[in-house]
Amino acid sequence: MHLLVCGGTGCRASASDSIAESLKEQLHHHNMDHEVQVILTGCFGFCEKGPIVKVLPDNTFYTEVKPEDASDIVAEHLVKGRQVERLLYKAPSGEQVTDSRHMDFYKKQIRIALRNCGFIDPENIDEYIARDGYLALGTVLNEMTPQQVIDQVKESGLRGRGGGGFPAGKKWEFAYKNESDQKYVVCNADEGDPGAFMDRSILEGDPHAVLEAMAICGYATGADQGLIYIRAEYPLAIKRLKIAIEQAREYGLLGQQIFDSHFNFDIQLRYGAGAFVCGEETALIHSMEGERGEPTFKPPYPAQSGYLEKPTNVNNVETYANVPVIINKGPGWFSKIGTQKATGTKVFALAGKVNNVGLIEVPMGTTLREVIFEIGGGIKGGKKFKAVQTGGPSGGCLTEEHLDTPIDFDNLLAVGSMMGSGGMIVMDEDDCMVSVAKFFLEFTVEESCGKCAPCRVGNKRMHELLERITQGKAEKKDLQRLKNMCHVIADTSLCGLGQTAPSPVLSTMENFWDEYVAHVEDQRCPAGSCKELMRYEIIPENCVGCTACARKCPVGAITGERKQVHEIDQDKCIKCGACLDACKFDAVTIK
Amino acid sequence: MENVKVTIDNQTVEVPKGTTIYKAAKQIGIDIPVLCYMELEDIGIENKPGGCRVCSVEVEGRHNLAPACATEVFDGMAVKTHTMRVINARRTIVEFLLSDHPKDCLTCKKSGNCELQDLAIKLGIREIPGQEYAEMSTYKTDYSPSIVRELDKCIMCRRCESMCNDFQTVGALNAINRGFDAAVAPAFEMDLQYSPCTYCGQCVAVCPTGALTEVDHSRDLIDAISDPNTTVVAQTAPAVRAALGEEFGMEPGTLVTGKMVSALRELGFDYVFDTDFAADLTIMEEGHELLDRLNRHLQGDSDVKLPMLTSCCPAWVRFIEHHFPDMKDIPSSARSPQQMFGSIAKTYFADQIETPREKMVVVSVMPCLAKKYESQREEFAEDGNPDVDFSVTTRELAHLIKEANLDLKNLSDDDFDRPMGESTGAGVIFGTTGGVIEAATRTAYELQTGQQLNDQIVFEQLRGFEGIRKANVDFNGTPINIGIAHGLGNARKLLEQIKRGESDFHAIEIMACPGGCIGGGGQPLHHNDTKILKARQQAIYQEDQNKPIRKSHENPQIQKLYKDFLGEPLGQKAHELLHTKYFDLSRKIEIS
Repeated sequence: MHLLVCGGTGCRASASDSIAESLKEQLHHHNMDHEVQVILTGCFGFCEKGPIVKVLPDNTFYTEVKPEDASDIVAEHLVKGRQVERLLYKAPSGEQVTDSRHMDFYKKQIRIALRNCGFIDPENIDEYIARDGYLALGTVLNEMTPQQVIDQVKESGLRGRGGGGFPAGKKWEFAYKNESDQKYVVCNADEGDPGAFMDRSILEGDPHAVLEAMAICGYATGADQGLIYIRAEYPLAIKRLKIAIEQAREYGLLGQQIFDSHFNFDIQLRYGAGAFVCGEETALIHSMEGERGEPTFKPPYPAQSGYLEKPTNVNNVETYANVPVIINKGPGWFSKIGTQKATGTKVFALAGKVNNVGLIEVPMGTTLREVIFEIGGGIKGGKKFKAVQTGGPSGGCLTEEHLDTPIDFDNLLAVGSMMGSGGMIVMDEDDCMVSVAKFFLEFTVEESCGKCAPCRVGNKRMHELLERITQGKAEKKDLQRLKNMCHVIADTSLCGLGQTAPSPVLSTMENFWDEYVAHVEDQRCPAGSCKELMRYEIIPENCVGCTACARKCPVGAITGERKQVHEIDQDKCIKCGACLDACKFDAVTIK
Repeated sequence: MENVKVTIDNQTVEVPKGTTIYKAAKQIGIDIPVLCYMELEDIGIENKPGGCRVCSVEVEGRHNLAPACATEVFDGMAVKTHTMRVINARRTIVEFLLSDHPKDCLTCKKSGNCELQDLAIKLGIREIPGQEYAEMSTYKTDYSPSIVRELDKCIMCRRCESMCNDFQTVGALNAINRGFDAAVAPAFEMDLQYSPCTYCGQCVAVCPTGALTEVDHSRDLIDAISDPNTTVVAQTAPAVRAALGEEFGMEPGTLVTGKMVSALRELGFDYVFDTDFAADLTIMEEGHELLDRLNRHLQGDSDVKLPMLTSCCPAWVRFIEHHFPDMKDIPSSARSPQQMFGSIAKTYFADQIETPREKMVVVSVMPCLAKKYESQREEFAEDGNPDVDFSVTTRELAHLIKEANLDLKNLSDDDFDRPMGESTGAGVIFGTTGGVIEAATRTAYELQTGQQLNDQIVFEQLRGFEGIRKANVDFNGTPINIGIAHGLGNARKLLEQIKRGESDFHAIEIMACPGGCIGGGGQPLHHNDTKILKARQQAIYQEDQNKPIRKSHENPQIQKLYKDFLGEPLGQKAHELLHTKYFDLSRKIEIS
């Protein structure tokens, strides 16, 4: 028997380490240490209800576990064979689900990149090997030529999961064909979309998958050195990668003459300071070289002149994580999953106003509706779905009418968004779309490297204008100007960051034009979320003149005699809402 | 080289593969506006970060616009440079740039000479939308002895960075901060004077806006001349006369020596002298020092430091003090001509006209920004009174001449005053790369061999424009190896050779600026046309040819100076007044 305890960053933040310790203590107490193993795994994905403890082999799925629940789990479930009902997952229908495989959250998922997350101890190479780990590397080194490896990756249809969706096999082939005395394989682990943690979870939950894939890529492209560019604020991922690299070296799976072949390969870590733009491959390479992390014009592509001006293949974590499976199960198996133009699966970080926040992996071609309403369990609090933002700050906001769009690279682009690296934020009727656009732009302004003028200055100006719209200070002609800025910035920026920065603005203007107009023409925020456009008013019929609101108002904006109707001075009001909370007679309203 | 055919605005042109759209367009007379782009052809510097995006053009089949400066053409490429999409993008981008740029054109030093201003005029920009609420970058202005940095005028073209890092290998300027706050500045935003900056001024020479300018001394000059109780003495560097005319619409390479003297007199200088005189004096000291070191070396003295490096260029001196402090005993100890002039003017000449040094103001007109700093070095002063009070650039002088409503073109030719206006062709060629060492060779050869050079006075092998040049001069059986470098990156290469013990040079001339002083940071802006530098170089050589005396040791006023005042070259008085020492300026920057 196994007790799998989620050791992902989210669950660890809720003390899953202590849960594991308590479980071990309890097992010891019941003399069961030798029969039951407690394993701290990577992320289960169902972060909404973390920390998660899963019992194998019966797949009992305990949610929101606390360290003090350990005694019940051991004494009840393991000793007496009775599930601890209060810790079981309750579906929105109220039904208790015991077996995780029957949960809506997992039913539609196919886990390839996340195959080992939540199953194995990421700090133990034997557990990876037990699940066919390093088998693909062995096959590749013993039975295949580099070209054959490249052909298999090409045949699988695997496209880059970092945002661009460039065919991975083609990329490998470019690096392979550029002859050089030294080549490099780089893993881009500079995940930076707000709210995204796909790559982080893979590295924390299954680091060897990435190491193995990088070695395979090294063999295919002719590189003997691998570099993982990882942001320093992923300490757990870094720790587990370091352990994994050390173990792989000990086992001879990294280093000289791997599997007794002539192939040598080793991997080093390079730390980034967390700049979003360093996810752009040329900027990433400059950062690794110790230069300022800013992009340069392509060509030359990294495959021609990359790290230290040598041919370099750059893929992101999730892309690599798919590779060993493609080799083991064959490209045909992989390409049957998903759609014709986008094979395999995609990991998404589902966030926002959705019931089941977490990490999911679904076949390409799954619709947004399936993701949000089936896997995601619908909108929180029974509110109305308004929009979903995909692709992070580079993507767009899609609406009700796009819900049946099958998710893949081209479909999302066609409707004005993009796949990106897999951020997915769901919004409900309370979200103001102008504010949403402003939020994403604020991120881009913050993360621009400042090299090119349209991104450096243009995005700042766009953000200022959005700010004015949300304050009701903009004019109708400003909307036209905003649109023009969007087009010019997208048309002229140097790298993907600037080129896609206007997407949230363009897509919300496209899909929620009326909302923009309302802010500008009526000085009204239809979602009621723009503070500056809110008005707190007193309903004279309800006001009894109790003075509670006037006493609570921190700026003295409310005046009125006892037992007389009070009044709010709009010039003084700071919209803090204290009056609303203070009034016991429903006499304060927001307009 | 493979050629490709490309169509630009419906004209077809065939260009070598790898040519950029910008260059291909230029070949057929289409001038795509650029801002950050800079190519200094003759010195191999190309700055094309693709940052400003002003050169965006439409390429058929491409989803976004392409930067013409950085995009290479391909066969069958079709480019449009003036569709409304392009025009709109270009104008919007310049509006963006202007929205974060101070609007102080009335008083900006670069006004009338500013590439951003030119662009705004060309694009007909009349208003900057949203200006009333647009946040502006704010930085404090940084004053160093030579260079003023107004970072809020920086447009991130990165030209200065290319000059400082790629050409000069000084590394004082780099991009700092991110996004809207990005600018180019010394590390940790320290003031320039605490950075390893050499004050060469090449950043100023290429800055398209007013972000980098020289410290302006024109007000000090007006005050000094206005004061009836001071004697104001001018000295003019050789390179100034070869470039000043450009500011008045004259062809590059036009010599305006006589007109410049007239203008200086008109402005009210009491004495108009020539730094060339001091250059001759430098040769006397430096030439003798070279011979002294050489002869001791030939006699087997292993302590003697060879090669001897020239020391006329203050940016170069500061470079070695910062970057190679362990080699600071290799340069000649001779002061630069500017400083030799100052110390002789305030002693020998002050005595002659019976004026105390504190009543005399020595002003140098220089092609250089580092000279401003050099004049303020503590060792070049007596009781706090500097030998050279301040230095103005060619550009500042041009402004003053214009301010005084003088028509330089039509001024008559005048001659320098005596005694310190007498100079030889050897002094003149100090203004160009290779000139100092050629002047030294003329004198050293004759002194060493006892033979007259006569017709072979020009050493062609020392002339040219390549960054590093080598020559072997036969000193009557003794082969002397001479090296020349202009640009501190080139100097670095030679210094590292010396450090590794691989250098067989006996003497090396080093100038910090491209082409030597003619390409100095204080010269009229070349706006990236390095042909102008070559024209100035030719003008210098022409001036040399026109001189009746072309060897420093034959300058009668120099001979008189030694006879009446200094005694022997390298003698005790010469040491006091004409030599100096160097300091270790390297420092560790500690990050707390």
